[in-house]
Amino acid sequence: MDHTPFIIAAFLVTALGTLVLVVHSWSAMRRAEALADDLKSRK
Amino acid sequence: MHRFANPARFLGIAKPLTPLLLWPGILLVLGACWWGLTQVPAERLQGHSVKIMFVHVPAAWLGMGGWTGLAIASIVQLVWKHPLAGVSARAIAVPGALFAALCLITGSIWGRPTWGTWWVWDGRLTSMLILFFLYLGYIALANASSEKGSVSRTAAVFGIIGAVNIPIINRSVVWWESQHQKASITLGGSSIDSAYLWPLFASALGFTLIFGAVVLMRMRAQLAEIRIEARMRRMAED
Repeated sequence: MDHTPFIIAAFLVTALGTLVLVVHSWSAMRRAEALADDLKSRK
Repeated sequence: MHRFANPARFLGIAKPLTPLLLWPGILLVLGACWWGLTQVPAERLQGHSVKIMFVHVPAAWLGMGGWTGLAIASIVQLVWKHPLAGVSARAIAVPGALFAALCLITGSIWGRPTWGTWWVWDGRLTSMLILFFLYLGYIALANASSEKGSVSRTAAVFGIIGAVNIPIINRSVVWWESQHQKASITLGGSSIDSAYLWPLFASALGFTLIFGAVVLMRMRAQLAEIRIEARMRRMAED
Protein backbone atom coordinates (compact mmCIF):
# COMPACT_ATOMS: atom_id res chain seq x y z
CA MET A 1 0.00 0.00 0.00
CA ASP A 2 1.31 3.45 -0.91
CA HIS A 3 1.52 5.50 2.30
CA THR A 4 2.04 8.89 0.62
CA PRO A 5 -1.66 9.92 0.38
CA PHE A 6 -2.16 9.09 4.09
CA ILE A 7 0.90 11.13 5.11
CA ILE A 8 -0.21 14.10 2.97
CA ALA A 9 -3.76 13.91 4.37
CA ALA A 10 -2.53 13.84 8.00
CA PHE A 11 -0.17 16.80 7.52
CA LEU A 12 -2.73 18.79 5.51
CA VAL A 13 -5.56 18.38 8.03
CA THR A 14 -3.22 19.40 10.87
CA ALA A 15 -1.91 22.43 8.95
CA LEU A 16 -5.42 23.52 7.99
CA GLY A 17 -6.81 23.08 11.52
CA THR A 18 -3.92 24.97 13.11
CA LEU A 19 -4.10 27.76 10.53
CA VAL A 20 -7.85 28.26 11.03
CA LEU A 21 -7.36 28.29 14.82
CA VAL A 22 -4.54 30.87 14.69
CA VAL A 23 -6.28 33.17 12.16
CA HIS A 24 -9.63 32.99 14.00
CA SER A 25 -8.03 33.68 17.41
CA TRP A 26 -5.89 36.51 15.99
CA SER A 27 -8.78 38.25 14.21
CA ALA A 28 -11.11 37.91 17.23
CA MET A 29 -8.42 39.42 19.47
CA ARG A 30 -7.65 42.29 17.07
CA ARG A 31 -11.34 43.10 16.59
CA ALA A 32 -12.11 43.08 20.35
CA GLU A 33 -9.01 45.12 21.28
CA ALA A 34 -9.65 47.68 18.51
CA LEU A 35 -13.27 48.15 19.66
CA ALA A 36 -12.21 48.40 23.33
CA ASP A 37 -9.56 51.04 22.46
CA ASP A 38 -12.06 52.91 20.28
CA LEU A 39 -14.64 53.04 23.09
CA LYS A 40 -11.96 54.13 25.57
CA SER A 41 -10.93 57.05 23.35
CA ARG A 42 -14.55 58.31 23.14
CA LYS A 43 -15.66 60.73 25.76
CA MET B 1 0.20 34.13 41.58
CA HIS B 2 -2.07 37.03 42.56
CA ARG B 3 0.62 39.40 41.22
CA PHE B 4 -0.91 38.72 37.79
CA ALA B 5 -4.49 39.10 38.99
CA ASN B 6 -4.46 42.64 37.64
CA PRO B 7 -5.50 42.38 33.95
CA ALA B 8 -3.42 45.47 33.05
CA ARG B 9 -0.29 43.84 34.47
CA PHE B 10 -1.16 40.58 32.71
CA LEU B 11 -1.68 42.38 29.38
CA GLY B 12 1.69 44.10 29.80
CA ILE B 13 3.27 40.64 29.67
CA ALA B 14 0.83 38.93 27.26
CA LYS B 15 1.07 41.54 24.47
CA PRO B 16 4.83 41.19 23.80
CA LEU B 17 4.73 37.45 24.61
CA THR B 18 2.10 36.57 21.97
CA PRO B 19 4.31 37.14 18.86
CA LEU B 20 7.34 35.80 20.74
CA LEU B 21 5.54 32.46 21.06
CA LEU B 22 3.70 32.49 17.71
CA TRP B 23 6.48 33.16 15.19
CA PRO B 24 9.14 30.83 16.65
CA GLY B 25 6.36 28.21 16.99
CA ILE B 26 5.39 28.50 13.31
CA LEU B 27 9.04 28.40 12.16
CA LEU B 28 9.76 25.40 14.39
CA VAL B 29 6.71 23.48 13.12
CA LEU B 30 7.57 24.22 9.48
CA GLY B 31 11.20 23.16 10.05
CA ALA B 32 10.18 20.01 11.94
CA CYS B 33 7.67 19.04 9.23
CA TRP B 34 10.30 19.51 6.50
CA TRP B 35 12.78 17.48 8.61
CA GLY B 36 10.26 14.74 9.35
CA LEU B 37 8.92 14.50 5.79
CA THR B 38 12.17 14.65 3.82
CA GLN B 39 15.07 13.62 6.07
CA VAL B 40 13.67 10.76 8.16
CA PRO B 41 13.98 7.18 6.83
CA ALA B 42 11.07 4.73 6.57
CA GLU B 43 10.54 2.62 9.67
CA ARG B 44 11.16 -1.15 9.46
CA LEU B 45 7.55 -2.23 10.22
CA GLN B 46 5.41 0.85 9.51
CA GLY B 47 7.25 2.15 6.46
CA HIS B 48 6.85 5.85 5.62
CA SER B 49 3.53 6.11 7.50
CA VAL B 50 5.61 6.56 10.68
CA LYS B 51 6.02 10.20 9.58
CA ILE B 52 2.41 10.85 10.66
CA MET B 53 3.85 10.64 14.19
CA PHE B 54 5.25 14.19 13.80
CA VAL B 55 1.75 15.68 13.79
CA HIS B 56 -0.22 12.96 15.63
CA VAL B 57 1.88 12.79 18.82
CA PRO B 58 2.10 16.59 19.44
CA ALA B 59 -1.68 16.80 18.86
CA ALA B 60 -2.24 14.04 21.45
CA TRP B 61 0.08 15.68 23.99
CA LEU B 62 -1.59 19.08 23.53
CA GLY B 63 -5.11 17.63 23.72
CA MET B 64 -4.23 15.98 27.06
CA GLY B 65 -1.99 18.81 28.28
CA GLY B 66 -4.73 21.32 27.43
CA TRP B 67 -7.24 19.60 29.70
CA THR B 68 -4.63 19.33 32.47
CA GLY B 69 -4.12 23.10 32.23
CA LEU B 70 -7.88 23.66 32.12
CA ALA B 71 -8.34 21.55 35.28
CA ILE B 72 -5.56 23.40 37.13
CA ALA B 73 -7.10 26.75 36.13
CA SER B 74 -10.50 25.49 37.35
CA ILE B 75 -9.00 24.54 40.75
CA VAL B 76 -7.35 27.99 40.98
CA GLN B 77 -10.71 29.59 40.09
CA LEU B 78 -12.65 27.68 42.75
CA VAL B 79 -10.06 27.71 45.56
CA TRP B 80 -8.24 31.04 45.20
CA LYS B 81 -10.87 32.93 43.13
CA HIS B 82 -8.12 34.21 40.84
CA PRO B 83 -9.81 36.58 38.34
CA LEU B 84 -7.83 35.30 35.34
CA ALA B 85 -8.27 31.58 36.10
CA GLY B 86 -11.70 31.32 34.46
CA VAL B 87 -10.49 33.41 31.52
CA SER B 88 -7.50 31.11 30.96
CA ALA B 89 -9.58 27.90 31.32
CA ARG B 90 -12.03 29.20 28.74
CA ALA B 91 -9.16 30.23 26.44
CA ILE B 92 -7.66 26.73 26.59
CA ALA B 93 -10.91 24.89 25.72
CA VAL B 94 -11.15 25.56 21.95
CA PRO B 95 -7.47 24.91 21.06
CA GLY B 96 -7.55 21.86 23.34
CA ALA B 97 -10.64 20.52 21.55
CA LEU B 98 -9.03 21.17 18.16
CA PHE B 99 -5.85 19.28 19.04
CA ALA B 100 -7.85 16.39 20.53
CA ALA B 101 -9.81 16.25 17.22
CA LEU B 102 -6.56 16.43 15.19
CA CYS B 103 -5.16 13.58 17.27
CA LEU B 104 -8.23 11.44 16.50
CA ILE B 105 -8.25 12.30 12.77
CA THR B 106 -4.49 11.84 12.19
CA GLY B 107 -4.56 8.66 14.30
CA SER B 108 -7.37 7.31 12.17
CA ILE B 109 -5.45 8.17 8.99
CA TRP B 110 -2.36 6.48 10.45
CA GLY B 111 -4.37 3.43 11.49
CA ARG B 112 -5.58 2.61 7.98
CA PRO B 113 -2.18 1.68 6.43
CA THR B 114 -0.68 0.22 9.65
CA TRP B 115 -3.62 -1.59 11.34
CA GLY B 116 -5.77 -2.05 8.23
CA THR B 117 -8.68 -0.12 9.78
CA TRP B 118 -9.68 3.50 10.37
CA TRP B 119 -10.99 2.88 13.89
CA VAL B 120 -11.15 0.33 16.70
CA TRP B 121 -13.15 0.70 19.90
CA ASP B 122 -10.22 0.03 22.23
CA GLY B 123 -9.28 1.81 25.46
CA ARG B 124 -6.89 4.39 23.98
CA LEU B 125 -9.03 5.56 21.06
CA THR B 126 -12.27 5.53 23.05
CA SER B 127 -10.82 7.48 26.01
CA MET B 128 -9.35 10.05 23.57
CA LEU B 129 -12.77 10.38 21.90
CA ILE B 130 -14.29 10.91 25.37
CA LEU B 131 -11.73 13.71 25.95
CA PHE B 132 -12.92 15.42 22.76
CA PHE B 133 -16.56 15.18 23.92
CA LEU B 134 -15.53 16.51 27.36
CA TYR B 135 -14.04 19.56 25.62
CA LEU B 136 -17.31 20.10 23.71
CA GLY B 137 -19.26 19.82 26.98
CA TYR B 138 -16.95 22.31 28.70
CA ILE B 139 -17.23 24.80 25.80
CA ALA B 140 -21.04 24.56 25.93
CA LEU B 141 -21.05 25.09 29.72
CA ALA B 142 -18.57 27.99 29.52
CA ASN B 143 -20.62 29.69 26.78
CA ALA B 144 -23.76 29.29 28.88
CA SER B 145 -22.09 31.15 31.80
CA SER B 146 -23.68 34.51 32.45
CA GLU B 147 -20.38 35.96 33.70
CA LYS B 148 -18.52 37.69 30.86
CA GLY B 149 -14.87 36.64 30.64
CA SER B 150 -15.20 33.87 33.19
CA VAL B 151 -16.95 30.55 33.62
CA SER B 152 -19.55 29.31 36.08
CA ARG B 153 -18.76 27.11 39.09
CA THR B 154 -20.49 24.25 37.26
CA ALA B 155 -18.07 24.54 34.32
CA ALA B 156 -15.09 24.72 36.71
CA VAL B 157 -16.25 21.59 38.59
CA PHE B 158 -16.79 19.86 35.22
CA GLY B 159 -13.21 20.81 34.26
CA ILE B 160 -11.84 19.22 37.44
CA ILE B 161 -13.95 16.02 37.22
CA GLY B 162 -13.07 15.61 33.53
CA ALA B 163 -9.39 15.43 34.48
CA VAL B 164 -10.04 11.85 35.68
CA ASN B 165 -9.93 10.89 32.00
CA ILE B 166 -6.29 12.04 31.55
CA PRO B 167 -4.60 9.20 33.52
CA ILE B 168 -7.10 6.79 31.94
CA ILE B 169 -5.89 7.82 28.45
CA ASN B 170 -2.28 7.53 29.59
CA ARG B 171 -2.67 4.05 31.17
CA SER B 172 -5.25 2.68 28.69
CA VAL B 173 -2.62 0.79 26.64
CA VAL B 174 -1.37 -0.88 29.84
CA TRP B 175 -4.75 -1.69 31.40
CA TRP B 176 -6.51 -3.01 28.28
CA GLU B 177 -5.59 -4.92 25.13
CA SER B 178 -5.05 -2.36 22.39
CA GLN B 179 -3.99 -2.05 18.77
CA HIS B 180 -2.22 1.12 19.88
CA GLN B 181 1.44 0.72 20.77
CA LYS B 182 2.64 1.09 24.36
CA ALA B 183 4.18 4.40 25.49
CA SER B 184 7.48 4.94 23.65
CA ILE B 185 8.50 8.02 25.65
CA THR B 186 8.33 7.85 29.45
CA LEU B 187 10.05 9.60 32.36
CA GLY B 188 12.55 6.74 32.32
CA GLY B 189 13.63 7.34 28.71
CA SER B 190 12.66 6.72 25.12
CA SER B 191 12.59 3.63 22.91
CA ILE B 192 12.36 5.78 19.74
CA ASP B 193 15.45 6.03 17.54
CA SER B 194 17.08 9.49 17.64
CA ALA B 195 16.42 9.89 13.87
CA TYR B 196 12.71 10.16 14.76
CA LEU B 197 13.01 11.55 18.27
CA TRP B 198 14.58 14.96 17.50
CA PRO B 199 12.14 16.03 14.76
CA LEU B 200 9.34 14.83 17.06
CA PHE B 201 10.59 17.04 19.90
CA ALA B 202 11.00 19.99 17.50
CA SER B 203 7.45 19.52 16.22
CA ALA B 204 6.02 19.12 19.74
CA LEU B 205 7.83 22.25 20.94
CA GLY B 206 6.65 24.23 17.90
CA PHE B 207 3.01 23.21 18.31
CA THR B 208 3.24 23.94 22.06
CA LEU B 209 4.46 27.48 21.36
CA ILE B 210 1.59 28.01 18.88
CA PHE B 211 -0.86 26.62 21.47
CA GLY B 212 0.50 29.06 24.06
CA ALA B 213 0.19 32.00 21.64
CA VAL B 214 -3.41 31.03 20.80
CA VAL B 215 -4.33 30.81 24.50
CA LEU B 216 -2.86 34.30 25.07
CA MET B 217 -4.77 35.68 22.03
CA ARG B 218 -8.04 34.22 23.30
CA MET B 219 -7.42 35.55 26.83
CA ARG B 220 -6.68 39.02 25.39
CA ALA B 221 -9.90 38.87 23.35
CA GLN B 222 -11.94 37.97 26.45
CA LEU B 223 -10.35 40.75 28.52
CA ALA B 224 -11.09 43.25 25.73
CA GLU B 225 -14.73 42.05 25.64
CA ILE B 226 -14.98 42.65 29.41
CA ARG B 227 -13.68 46.20 28.87
CA ILE B 228 -16.18 46.73 26.02
CA GLU B 229 -19.10 45.52 28.12
CA ALA B 230 -18.10 47.69 31.10
CA ARG B 231 -17.70 50.74 28.85
CA MET B 232 -21.05 50.18 27.11
CA ARG B 233 -22.77 49.87 30.49
CA ARG B 234 -21.19 53.13 31.65
CA MET B 235 -22.18 54.89 28.41
CA ALA B 236 -25.77 53.64 28.78
CA GLU B 237 -25.92 54.98 32.35
CA ASP B 238 -24.60 58.47 31.35
